[in-house]
Amino acid sequence: MAVFDIELRLLLEAIYLRYQHDFRSYTVSSLRRRLGRALVDLKVENLSRLQERVLREPAVLARLMQYLTVQVSDMFRDPSYFKALRETVIPVLKTYPSVKVWVAGCSAGEELWSLAILFEEEGLSDRTLFYATDINPEALRDAREGVFAVDRLAGFSKNYLASGGKGSLADYYHASYGGAHFARRLIERAVFADHSLATDNVFSEVHLVSCRNVLIYFNRDLQDRAIGLFAESLVRRGFLGLGSHESLRFSRHAGEFEPLVSSERIYQRR
Amino acid sequence: MKRASARVSFDVIVIGASAGGVQALGQLLPRLPATFAPAMVIALHQPADASGVLAEMFDAKCALPVRLAEDKQPLVGGTVLFAPPGYHTLIEGDSAIALSLDPPEHFSRPSIDVLFESAAWGFRNRALGILLTGASADGAAGLLLIQQAGGAAWVQDPATAAADLMPRSALELGVSAQVLSLEEMSRRLAQMAARYSDLTLSGEIRNDKENN
Repeated sequence: MAVFDIELRLLLEAIYLRYQHDFRSYTVSSLRRRLGRALVDLKVENLSRLQERVLREPAVLARLMQYLTVQVSDMFRDPSYFKALRETVIPVLKTYPSVKVWVAGCSAGEELWSLAILFEEEGLSDRTLFYATDINPEALRDAREGVFAVDRLAGFSKNYLASGGKGSLADYYHASYGGAHFARRLIERAVFADHSLATDNVFSEVHLVSCRNVLIYFNRDLQDRAIGLFAESLVRRGFLGLGSHESLRFSRHAGEFEPLVSSERIYQRR
Repeated sequence: MKRASARVSFDVIVIGASAGGVQALGQLLPRLPATFAPAMVIALHQPADASGVLAEMFDAKCALPVRLAEDKQPLVGGTVLFAPPGYHTLIEGDSAIALSLDPPEHFSRPSIDVLFESAAWGFRNRALGILLTGASADGAAGLLLIQQAGGAAWVQDPATAAADLMPRSALELGVSAQVLSLEEMSRRLAQMAARYSDLTLSGEIRNDKENN
């Protein structure tokens, strides 16, 4: 085994024992690159030195979390996914007196806010409760704030329209110093929580789980655990939406779902 | 005499290409025999919003199944996988695809360096990296890593490349690659046919092709 890989495994074990953040089942190929970048940016010689610092300085863990977890997404990323939700999933959700949606691994909130706008336009806001969960406290704070850089709005807006948006994205934010602030009313009924797909359990029964491009960073075992949580959390005939190139095909839980919109990786609980 | 570069077959072949890449691949992939043994993964620079029709297009022209890679898809010999546009495509260990949305490298996602680096880690001397035409330096560093890990490196002869920056960058970086024309690459690849035992290993996916 290469020294780097030994150090990598020991570092993840140290983080788990010291802080209970469990990255031990993340894909090694991605972690190598992310931690390699962290070494350069933090000016640390090797992963053993980094381990020593993480164990003694919680502030270093906070910085490292940005490398281990944060990923940039866009609002209405893959517009066809949101279009399929609007056309296929929303009509079913409208038949429920109340709806619960779990945005698992919400990161900085792009997916949550996109869904919140979609649900508002479809008249479901008043009876929908969103659970937005992540393991990174800074990302959760950003997700709750709903402030995005102004230079990203053109792309967001283009996606929004392609997704079948009924108005203008500008209806939902006001631009001011520091960025575009999205309307608080959209997430009035959202709960933000620290929740780990690696170590925590199911916390509620939900009708839709949207978890896009989070599982790609997990190895097969951890993917199975996460998908098992989704299966357990979803009501019968509840919906699961994944990223465009994620699939249940290789999962132990494949039999518990059936494809609903295959091209968009939207599944329905059996 | 046995040297690493004297290997004639590999468990995985990773290919990188950019400008002119579709045409270059058009000369390589359709000539691969149905008995081709290695797994193949290709990172081709494309706009992030490009559709995945390229895999379908090649699938129709090739004896081997050609697919768009999915996350955690197992690598199977005799199968060609394209990196999906907009995603880095890595090989996890020596067994499966792992996608990532980490920032672009060399302004590219998929990045060839990212794919090649993962192949170097997972396959060591069982990997062959091939760098084709392109107007980008992406792939040079990754090809060097494959070679340093004991794997083999081919680059398209810059004189024959639609855009020569990509193969030239690898040579200038000091990769001691074999410099080959597409015809010569094609001839050598055709010799990497499966033995009977390998054929049964990949029988499942071959049937898959026949059923389509």
